[in-house]
Amino acid sequence: MKSVVPQKNVSMRDVFGDTLLKFSLESSRVYAIDGDLANSTKLDTVANGNPKKFLQMGIAEQNMMSVAAGLATTGLQPWACTFAAFLSKRAIDQIQVQIAQPKLDVKMIGAYSGLLTGVTGKTHQALEDIAIFRALANMVVLAPADAIEMKQMMEFAHKYEGPVYIRIARDPYPVIVDGKYQFEFGKAATLKDGKDVTIISTGTQTCRSLAAAEQLDTEGISVAVVHMPTIKPLDTAAIIKAAKSTGVIVTAEEHSIYGGLGSAVAEVLVEECPVPMLRVGVRDVNSESANNDDLLEKYGLSEGHIVRTVKEALKKKQK
Amino acid sequence: MNSSLSKEKIMLLKEKASEARKLIIETVHHAGAGHIGGPMSATDILTNLYFHEMNIDPDDPKSEERDRFVLSKGHSAIGLYAVLALRGYLPVEELQTFDSLNSRLQAHPDMNTLPGLDMSTGSLGQGISAAVGIALGAKLQGKRYRTFCMIGDGESQEGQVWEAADIASKYELDNLVGILDYNKLQQFGWCGEEKSRKSPIHDPKERWESFGWHVIEIDGHNQEEIEKAFNEAREVKTKPVMIIANTVKGKGVSFMENQYLWHSRIPTDAELKQAKKELEMGAL
Repeated sequence: MKSVVPQKNVSMRDVFGDTLLKFSLESSRVYAIDGDLANSTKLDTVANGNPKKFLQMGIAEQNMMSVAAGLATTGLQPWACTFAAFLSKRAIDQIQVQIAQPKLDVKMIGAYSGLLTGVTGKTHQALEDIAIFRALANMVVLAPADAIEMKQMMEFAHKYEGPVYIRIARDPYPVIVDGKYQFEFGKAATLKDGKDVTIISTGTQTCRSLAAAEQLDTEGISVAVVHMPTIKPLDTAAIIKAAKSTGVIVTAEEHSIYGGLGSAVAEVLVEECPVPMLRVGVRDVNSESANNDDLLEKYGLSEGHIVRTVKEALKKKQK
Repeated sequence: MNSSLSKEKIMLLKEKASEARKLIIETVHHAGAGHIGGPMSATDILTNLYFHEMNIDPDDPKSEERDRFVLSKGHSAIGLYAVLALRGYLPVEELQTFDSLNSRLQAHPDMNTLPGLDMSTGSLGQGISAAVGIALGAKLQGKRYRTFCMIGDGESQEGQVWEAADIASKYELDNLVGILDYNKLQQFGWCGEEKSRKSPIHDPKERWESFGWHVIEIDGHNQEEIEKAFNEAREVKTKPVMIIANTVKGKGVSFMENQYLWHSRIPTDAELKQAKKELEMGAL
């Protein structure tokens, strides 16, 4: 099967490190804040390239985030990065009370988000971070589909004054947006048109959704793919438009089915334009350590799962 | 290090502290909510900071060069508000709005509502870390202002306090002065519950020293000792400073002193009257 997905794989974390190094060299305000994972998250690009702008807070995420808040009050723009699991769960009270409530200019990068965290298992996977960050007032929540979009999001976040959470993947992903693509804050991007069903996806699942849509096309099912890089604030108009145009929605995210993009889309549909929908995400289970393909298959995130879910959703539409 | 306080200045600080204590009790009585014990143990230090030690200007509360203060034990907010009001940051009458809808005087300090607050606090253990960030920010930008942060001894049970202690030491933040309001009680007491532990935190002096801080221990109700400690702190190089201020919870009112239930009890009309009488007598 020929895929619409180009095969050039680029890592979001590499682009993150390079882009933050550039910011740190250009802007006196930008500092990289590490919780002793710089060589995993690629924050070490700043440590090596501009050591004066790299602050090592050690393995102490709560302090790290409160220190970032303090730095922000002095006019600096801290970019704190650690694994999404620790950022979203170990330090969330600090983030809410001292960053989100006062609306301080702190950027939070949740590295190793989702299920595919390099064979580290359930302690290091982050399948709840969207749900947690989305619930905080004043918080912006972003999830890029690929490295190009990651760079564009960082450029947005650098200019935006206030708390921003970006969840990124560990492993290299195909670049799926073309040269003309420009991330727009708060806007969905229709990456593929279709008339039977719309997949609304975010982050790394956009790549798999496009591949699934391509396969479904060959089976005579016309699938639209709407990529949702901004999870909060959500592009409700795009969701309503998709519901009206195809009459059925499938959401896809590398996240729990609870509280993530699927929940956010369901909230909009129920209130504004009820149509049948199904969610692709990790069910109410704890995961394990294994290779990527095995995890995607067992925990319901693979391309095949998306294909099957779309077919199930179409049955609901026909009822 | 000597105290350079004149007799007049000491008199002024004592008067202001006494006024602040009355305002604390009146405000909590009026609001029917808030804390008393902790704010009263902190009052003398807060008064010294805002009427003597810190480089601040109530007419320019956001000045970049100002000294910063973080009340890490955020539930003592009313103590800070009373001192800020007496110092001219807000009308004293505004204290009547404390804890009511749309008030700038939230139960715990909200930096976005009231000018003069340098950090939002309330969830314990976080303020000291933010103060580390502020002091680090000053160092990184070559700013000369200093950062003061008051923590509680109950609060010191939070592990984050010790995460902050380590990082302040690592970055040699000699522009950071912590003050431990060491009143030896917390909301539900602690003292007496277990004989081997007389206070919420075991041996804070040894602990802070072992984290690489310069530690000064004082009577936190004695203005000359407070002044001397701040003078000594100014001379310390390459280390952050922790002033362990031995204090009395509920200080100034006989029936509130050392009674953990006054952590957040609301005084009756009769208790208010008696407390004010004692504070007025004590100030003479």
